Amino acid sequence: MSHQAAPVNAKFWTPGVVVLAVLMAAGAAAILARFIGGIGYVSNLTTARPWGLWIGVDVASGVALAAGGFTTAFLAHIIGRHYYEPVVRPALLTAMLGYTFVVLGLLVDIGRSWAIWKPMLYWNPTSVLFEVAMCVMFYLNVLYIEFLPIVVERFKGRVRLPGPLSGLNTPVEAILRLLDAVLPKIMWLFIIAGVVLSCMHQSSLGSLMLIAPTKLHPLWYTPILPLLFLTSAIAVGYPMVVFEATLATTSMKLDSEMKVLGPLTRITIFLLGLYLALKVGDMVVRGTYIYLFDFTAQTNAFLVEMIVGVIVPWLMLLSPAVRRSRRWLFTACTMIVGGVLVNRLNVFVIGYRPPISEANYSPAIGEILVTVGLIAALMFIYRFLVTVLPVLNKPEQEVSA
Amino acid sequence: MGLNRRDFFKYVTVAGAAVAGAEGSAHAWQSRAPSDSVGCLVDLTRCIGCRKCEEACNRVNGLPEPDRSFEDYTVLDRERRPDEKTYTVVNRHTTGQIDERDQLIPTFVKLQCMHCQDPACASACIVGALSKKENGTVHYDVSKCIGCRYCMVACPFEIPAYEYHDPITPRVMKCTFCYERVQSENKLPGCAEICPVEAITFGRRSDLLKVAHDRIKRNPGRYIDHVYGEKEVGGTSWMYLSAVPFEKLGFVTLPEEPMPRLAETIQHSLFAYMWSPIVLFGMLGGVMWASKDKSDRAGNGKEGGSS
Repeated sequence: MSHQAAPVNAKFWTPGVVVLAVLMAAGAAAILARFIGGIGYVSNLTTARPWGLWIGVDVASGVALAAGGFTTAFLAHIIGRHYYEPVVRPALLTAMLGYTFVVLGLLVDIGRSWAIWKPMLYWNPTSVLFEVAMCVMFYLNVLYIEFLPIVVERFKGRVRLPGPLSGLNTPVEAILRLLDAVLPKIMWLFIIAGVVLSCMHQSSLGSLMLIAPTKLHPLWYTPILPLLFLTSAIAVGYPMVVFEATLATTSMKLDSEMKVLGPLTRITIFLLGLYLALKVGDMVVRGTYIYLFDFTAQTNAFLVEMIVGVIVPWLMLLSPAVRRSRRWLFTACTMIVGGVLVNRLNVFVIGYRPPISEANYSPAIGEILVTVGLIAALMFIYRFLVTVLPVLNKPEQEVSA
Repeated sequence: MGLNRRDFFKYVTVAGAAVAGAEGSAHAWQSRAPSDSVGCLVDLTRCIGCRKCEEACNRVNGLPEPDRSFEDYTVLDRERRPDEKTYTVVNRHTTGQIDERDQLIPTFVKLQCMHCQDPACASACIVGALSKKENGTVHYDVSKCIGCRYCMVACPFEIPAYEYHDPITPRVMKCTFCYERVQSENKLPGCAEICPVEAITFGRRSDLLKVAHDRIKRNPGRYIDHVYGEKEVGGTSWMYLSAVPFEKLGFVTLPEEPMPRLAETIQHSLFAYMWSPIVLFGMLGGVMWASKDKSDRAGNGKEGGSS
């Protein structure tokens, strides 16, 4: 590959990283409390509101915002736009960590964490959730395999295990050499599988709510919910790359990669436009615009999701000046990322209203601590891994075309 | 130039056409309701709110001792829902009807799992821990459960409850229709057996429907002409007769279409024989092969550019 990725040489314990560590500790305490006192001890979940912040953010938004992984893999490796190569590795790392934390979030949320393997044994083919779970499981493994070459590149020929483990240097070296020989030949299989699996479960996450027509507000309940979930996941892929790359390059004082990010968001104009068209078209066809100005918490959340999260950033991206400005591009992309986050939260939490008990829900402090702690841990590990592995671009290097 | 738009449209069109073609050929959704199931008919005009059914349910299912005795009728002052310690509850509703002495006439409503003919919970359950038995029971098998609570999301009656305060082995809790008693011991469900006023009639669902419509026909003044559960969400094993419209008694108005139908139809259309993943895999493989060929000829990385 023509671009140069290298481990980042930056000071690790910055004040920001210390804050992350504190948030992680708070999250760990909340997780401990959950496994001592039960889900009910740390959360506001009830019979009528069985899914809350953890499913809405940790799982549904986590999956959607990890879409940068398969969308950049599609762009650079399937249709061969190698110009975008510099963003593939960071996006892959984000996706790998994103899905890992989706599973960690699930382990906290499901009542019997130790039974998480059971869907592999007991299949229910009518269950949308079963399909989602299988895809997420396979895709997580695909992501680890896709990430392996980065580890091989870093350590091949340089295996120096400490002290008593040094006897393993030769076998580990042999494994790395074997992987280095085999992986490039079979990687195309995993790259395609990653895109296929992503399309399957990104859409099926939307199908999850189709079984509850009386509970989900009509602004979101539509038979094309799976299509909307798929298109929004695809649309948020590149904005998420911009969001994450800008944060990383700013935090670690690297080159801004604007030469790649600007053109990347040109594609987003089309993808986000397609999502917007589907969303508006669906609203017109089903006549749900009658709810738009009810000004309840639910309909307001819909307006925020659509105006702040889709329409305004889409209009912003139309302007070449925005796409050339690092600050404005970051702003627009952050709004798109936030829009998808709010959409997932709306579908799974805010738009969900059980008609009999009409139970309300707002997350407990324990739920918030777990979610914040997991996100902090993800960012912490991201920062650690980019200092060890060749993920981000070398700072002094021009992006070669 | 960014990505070649014509190519993008081409891929999208091909994918769309493939999906549309497959949906046309998909099999129509079919109910999996057992043909000869049993059920219960609750006649709300007979129920006197004695809470004996609650007590019997608690006893035969070995549920924890309640905070307040089953003889304590002040419990009825507050509307309750079944929870993780209570499979069934009776609520008192007043709809404004008054008797000859100007007293409000209460209507008592027993709530429990409706044991749907095509249960949303069983369709949703990731591991099939919830299943519709041949005799009509919606049965929960804790040994398969992982605690995802998708059944609770799916249930249109908001029935399954969860042991949120058990950290390691919580269970989904809901009416069992006394499956063991009915299947193995040939007994009635605890609540139906004890009811002193025969407000709960146990029997074949088809027979119960005949009984229900017969009662309405013979006493048109006493009942409204609606058997709740006959058609709601495709039918339920527990059904109700009432003197006042059901929506005044806290019953939710539901469509006649079974809840799992839409999701199962979409899933089946898309994933029968895994056709769509296979087609997508093939298409992407073709595109990858073709673009590799092209970029080998043209050299790498020429497609990108400034915005």
